[in-house]
Amino acid sequence: MRLPDVVRHTWAVASKDLVIEFRSRTAIISAAMFVILVLLVFTFARDPTAVAAVDLAPSILWVTLTFAAVLALNRAFQLELENQALDGLLLAPIGRGSIYLGKLIANLVFVGTVELIGVPLLALFFNVAVWPYAAPLALVIVLATIGFVSVGTLFSAMTVRTRVSELLLAVLVLPFMIPPLMWAARATGPLLAGRPLSDIIGWLKMLAAYDIVFVGLALLLFPATVNE
Amino acid sequence: MLLAEELHHSFGSVRALDGVSFTVRPGQTLAIFGPNGAGKTTLLKVLAGLIRPQRGRAHVEGGRRAIGWIGHQTQLYNQLTVRENLRFWASLYDVHPPPSSSATSGLPGELLARLGLEEHADRPVRALSRGLMQRVAIARALVHNPAVLLLDEPFTGLDRTAAETLGRLLAQHAAAGRATVLVTHNVEEGTGLATDVAFMRAGRFVHFAPRAGRGPQQVGEEYRNAIA
Repeated sequence: MRLPDVVRHTWAVASKDLVIEFRSRTAIISAAMFVILVLLVFTFARDPTAVAAVDLAPSILWVTLTFAAVLALNRAFQLELENQALDGLLLAPIGRGSIYLGKLIANLVFVGTVELIGVPLLALFFNVAVWPYAAPLALVIVLATIGFVSVGTLFSAMTVRTRVSELLLAVLVLPFMIPPLMWAARATGPLLAGRPLSDIIGWLKMLAAYDIVFVGLALLLFPATVNE
Repeated sequence: MLLAEELHHSFGSVRALDGVSFTVRPGQTLAIFGPNGAGKTTLLKVLAGLIRPQRGRAHVEGGRRAIGWIGHQTQLYNQLTVRENLRFWASLYDVHPPPSSSATSGLPGELLARLGLEEHADRPVRALSRGLMQRVAIARALVHNPAVLLLDEPFTGLDRTAAETLGRLLAQHAAAGRATVLVTHNVEEGTGLATDVAFMRAGRFVHFAPRAGRGPQQVGEEYRNAIA
């Protein structure tokens, strides 16, 4: 398969998923509502005299985004089962890698949209200054999101044909999410505390390495997960 | 053009295919009749490459690009319009030009007109009746002008006019030197289109012969005798 074909087929799958999602808006609204509710609960539950907001914010941000992402990942392959469209996709003369990459891109846009809602709300509710560190914070979020969404997309394909796909996806994907989330939280803390970028460069490298390894592994393993 | 060699496949203890062999040449239309659970759908899925047989070999000249498939489900996305669905599937098969948002041009546009879908082209698939959805599924299967058509109960839900249109499309397909394998319960419609007829029971062909001028009534009688 030539690279331009891969790019074209990947975009066809991704754009189709995005049109469907932003037209129905069911999953994105539920994920966004989840983010708002969790941040509100944490805002009212925390004791500002016990822990400083800037110390608490990174953990709350990543816990919230993780579970919102799992909600989002569940829908990735569900829509392919509606009229057995997955059979059509598998029968089409496109590489399995294009299907995976298309789903990955759609999921990244989807989770990214939820993050675009979650981060400003975190700044608002917790009175944490994120704008001075917007660029490095965006880099941390992008790298971590690629990591856990790449794994989540693969597991979503694996679990979609099971009867308990939503539960199974969460059980399988959460252990794999721990490393990028831990590193992302460790990188976000110093950033929000105003430390220099050099303090988190190690975490960024770890996140980038995780992304390369797991996107590569997922591309290799994906055909085996969708072939009957 | 299409070759099946000693195909065997089981689901647990249920033997779905038990040594099926046949060839379909250009211009040939093979109609396969059989009761529920005879293995007809499994056979089509093996021919399409959606199921890998446990023994034997299935080969379609031209690979996946050459196959047009209509399964039990429509393989359409309910949230997309008829035109968007066709545009998506056309793009996966590199069919140019895809149906644009305003004009109907090229093969997809021609199919919309021939299947009486022009006035429904901008309606979401979820808003269509079962019969109209089936017409769109037929257009989807034909969108890349496939050399081999694999059809599983393609007349389901079609009214008389649409069934006649499908019959004409299949006759033109055969006249153009293309092959068709058709699985149906409807002996009358299946026989009318077939150049060859097979009866399937318990994963085996119990009859496979050219139709040789036999009418639906005669084929129906032979079928009842063979399956009884």
